[in-house]
Amino acid sequence: MELLSYLLQQLINGLQLGAVYALIALGYTMVYGVLRLINFAHGDIFMFGAFTAYYLISKWDVPIYLVFPITMAVTGLLGFLIEKIAYRPLRSAPRISLLITAVGVSLFLEYFLSLNSLFTPNYIGFPRPFEVTGYDLSLFTLTNVQLIIFAVTLFSLALLYLLIYKTKYGRAMRALSHDQEVASLMGIHVDGIISFTFVVGAALAGLGGILYAFAYPQINVFMGIMPGIKSFIAAVLGGIGIIHGAVLGGIIIGVSEVFVSAFLSSTLRDGVIFFILFLVLLLKPSGIFGKRIDKV
Amino acid sequence: MNFFGSARRFLISSAIAYVILKALFLSGFLTGYVQQIILSSFIVILTSLGLNVIYGYTGQFSLGHAGFYGIGAYAAAFLGVHFKIDSVIAFIPVLFAGGAAAALIGFIVGVPILRLRDDFLAIATLGFGILVRVLLDNSDKFIEVLGGSRGFIGIPKLVNIDLVIGTTVFLLLITRNLIFSRYGLFWQCIKDDELASMVFGINSARMKLMAFTYGCFLAGIGGALYAYLYSFLHPSNFDFLKSIDFLIIVIVGGMGSITGTICVGFLWIAIIEGLRIALPPQVLELRWVLIPLMLIAVMMWKPYGFFARRESRLLGLGKES
Repeated sequence: MELLSYLLQQLINGLQLGAVYALIALGYTMVYGVLRLINFAHGDIFMFGAFTAYYLISKWDVPIYLVFPITMAVTGLLGFLIEKIAYRPLRSAPRISLLITAVGVSLFLEYFLSLNSLFTPNYIGFPRPFEVTGYDLSLFTLTNVQLIIFAVTLFSLALLYLLIYKTKYGRAMRALSHDQEVASLMGIHVDGIISFTFVVGAALAGLGGILYAFAYPQINVFMGIMPGIKSFIAAVLGGIGIIHGAVLGGIIIGVSEVFVSAFLSSTLRDGVIFFILFLVLLLKPSGIFGKRIDKV
Repeated sequence: MNFFGSARRFLISSAIAYVILKALFLSGFLTGYVQQIILSSFIVILTSLGLNVIYGYTGQFSLGHAGFYGIGAYAAAFLGVHFKIDSVIAFIPVLFAGGAAAALIGFIVGVPILRLRDDFLAIATLGFGILVRVLLDNSDKFIEVLGGSRGFIGIPKLVNIDLVIGTTVFLLLITRNLIFSRYGLFWQCIKDDELASMVFGINSARMKLMAFTYGCFLAGIGGALYAYLYSFLHPSNFDFLKSIDFLIIVIVGGMGSITGTICVGFLWIAIIEGLRIALPPQVLELRWVLIPLMLIAVMMWKPYGFFARRESRLLGLGKES
């Protein structure tokens, strides 16, 4: 009984982390779908979301129900600008140049924000706008932070699902990820849809940033690097370009990370995740839900 | 064509570079710190050259190059400390043992993961790089002397300018000749079109593995030199961001160009360290704001890198020199 409740408690903690990874992974998978780009700046958009929320809460006392939409709008705008300024001029360049540009954008965001005149490279405490309370459910405790994370994640997943599968923008995005050239022949405004994809992905990353800061209330300009990489791993694990794959991948990564920390050693955490990735890639290179990739 | 004859111009230009650098080092004009930076740029070039063989020539996208660099560094450092190496002559076998260790691991890892393509290979190698970092962080639990996350201390400082330039020139020459050999042509065929090269009877799995192993060997040599130049190793020197550094050098220099890797390797170190000296202290933190901006600008200006598949005739790296 003791062990069972401990396991369940760790599972809940893992799901909490996994939900955040899933939100970031969605942005990766969507951008990869339309541009075939590993958007290294995505983890930094996530960081930017946490910082925006920090400013809104601690400096301007914005109520919590407004923090979410404002932050998402800010990171969405950031995603739009990054795509417009840095990625669009390289549309016809080799993909690898685009990737290096993404690395440049990522470094720029990190070090620009860590300037002492603007901010600080040190860790700062994130002020939660509410007290953490736990609800004892006999087998495990559920905190209100976890409730918020699960509710917000499920709600935004449902919205995203509707957006992608029920609207014409979603259909255009899916068309783009199949074949950009043919999609443009069918009258789809390619640049517009790519921008739109970036905005949606960045808004989700910003949302992930707020939730992450609620759960682990310490923020830092470099906080986006590892969650960013792990979320990309999550997207690959589930099958890149596939929405529910990203969600499942995020949850697998989050849960295994928490379990390794709880039962083995927290220093081995990252190693185990990449070991899982290794196995999945070797057994099924296109990911869990991925379609078969044509071999040479 | 014999081994050295076709590379006469390259040998002459590297001899000139060696004499100039040696004179500068002996003149006492450069501080020890600047000397160390100059030597480290050769190490960076050697390691990036390994990535250029893997990615630039053979088209196998690796984001875990720093992992092999770290394996070479730790292997060489462990051997040197274990056998109490204290002279440059005794260091040379250790240096190549470091390269061989990285090559061996590269071979073992390469067999399964080189079946993956493009971005999937990139992610698998990225994963490998992070795995290496985690293992190095925990290395003191297996072998005490490796130091784990406290870092590996007490490596003798045996690397000098003769050794660094000698090794670099020797391996550049080998690499250049390999590139212009039939194997190099096979690699480039695979990069251009793997299916077509298999139709021509090229054993693509074997050739990819060969290029990967050789690239890892170069990274291992670079790592071994690094260990004995700085006499201190820390796992954070071999993390994912370091792999990105090497990738930047290869891409900005131009994929499939040795000249590009050499020039941009020097340029990269010169900008990173030069800005440290050039910027006044109160705006020193702007350094890493300016570097990414330059990087983005360069990519927009030269999307294929500075020397896309071209070689400098002046350095004698081209085929007909």
